[in-house]
Amino acid sequence: MEGAVQNDIPGIDADCGGGMACATCHVYVKEDWFNKIPKKEDGEDDMLDMAFEPKTNSRLSCQIIVSDDIDGLEVNIPSKQA
Amino acid sequence: MNKTDALIIGAGPTGLFTAHQLKLIGLDCEIVDNLDKIGGQCIELYPDKPIYDIPAVPECTGEELTINLLNQLKPFDIKFHLSERVEEVKKEDNNWLVKTNGGHTFLTPNVIIAGGVGSFEPRKFSPKECEKFENKSLFYSVKDKSVFKGKTVSIFGGGDSALDWAIELSKESHVNLIHRRDEFRGAQATVDKMYELKKGGKINLFTKYQMANVHGEQTLETIDLKHDNNEIKNLKTDYVLGFFGLIMQLGPIANWGLNLNKKTIEVDTEKFETNQKGIYAVGDICNYPGKLKLILSGFHEGALAARACFKLARPNEKYRFEFTTTSKNLLKRLGKKE
Repeated sequence: MEGAVQNDIPGIDADCGGGMACATCHVYVKEDWFNKIPKKEDGEDDMLDMAFEPKTNSRLSCQIIVSDDIDGLEVNIPSKQA
Repeated sequence: MNKTDALIIGAGPTGLFTAHQLKLIGLDCEIVDNLDKIGGQCIELYPDKPIYDIPAVPECTGEELTINLLNQLKPFDIKFHLSERVEEVKKEDNNWLVKTNGGHTFLTPNVIIAGGVGSFEPRKFSPKECEKFENKSLFYSVKDKSVFKGKTVSIFGGGDSALDWAIELSKESHVNLIHRRDEFRGAQATVDKMYELKKGGKINLFTKYQMANVHGEQTLETIDLKHDNNEIKNLKTDYVLGFFGLIMQLGPIANWGLNLNKKTIEVDTEKFETNQKGIYAVGDICNYPGKLKLILSGFHEGALAARACFKLARPNEKYRFEFTTTSKNLLKRLGKKE
């Protein structure tokens, strides 16, 4: 999420600034990556309930911490955030 | 019609402190907010989250910050208009005529937009077809529950609002409860109660389903639900209720002729005035070179906008800068003895 916001990548609104409080940094993680990135913590699924068109591979990008382990990660963004 | 020296849109921390600054320099003000409570994002999004970068306050939660700001406003009489959204802002001679959806009209030389990321609105269903039935047979809140009596109501969502209404309406209606996953985020007692009613056949539960489409000519007839495995299920229903929480939307502000940059309003850094004379923007919603979206920046911006308001509200008086530590005027307004 921070990477997107700070590099003006459109489609990641992140209204709450990364606080897992608004569900406007919603992304779909490519299937083969979904199980490789750190699992959802408490509360993320609750926020995803409110996201626009959530799917089984939905995540909030503010909760995906970038590290060398996820180099090459691919995500798609929903048609809109709200 | 309410006449006031300045109208503040938004009762978040920036709006509250701006009100303090206006009252301190002797101007009247009123505040409108679309939420039903004071505090803005601090109350709606993170009441329990600690904030660490308010000057001289090492740590406080969003709720504590709001309470402290309200305490700071205690010496002053300020009218709040909650659960109201400003719909229209029109020029009338040297004033702005401001209308809310609650039927209030304000006449004021100064409008200060302290709107954060916009007003909180209910999140809606994604299929476009849903708009056709909105406020007729598809709702995002319940105003009069008697219309559902004896009817079939399909309720979407997994939080307390969805569960509470499913339980309440199951007494006199046929209730379908639809949620995108198996877990519910409502209070445990409420979730238990819902499962009990499901067992007794009072609530039809559909999990891992989401709204796919709505059908009907004049009135709503059926809805399509889509399962995680893409299976489609068609349900007969008279009414649909969606409870997906709130989202921040810029809303009508976009139509007031202001210079917008994405979801923010361009201002100068002397008065925090927009391209319209007498309309200011402060806090997260304003934008200028170097803008930081910090609460402390909102306080500074509000203080300067308040001084700019003085010129338009009291054109024949000269504003004099004073300190609260020494000014008899200010101490009197604060209700302190000299």
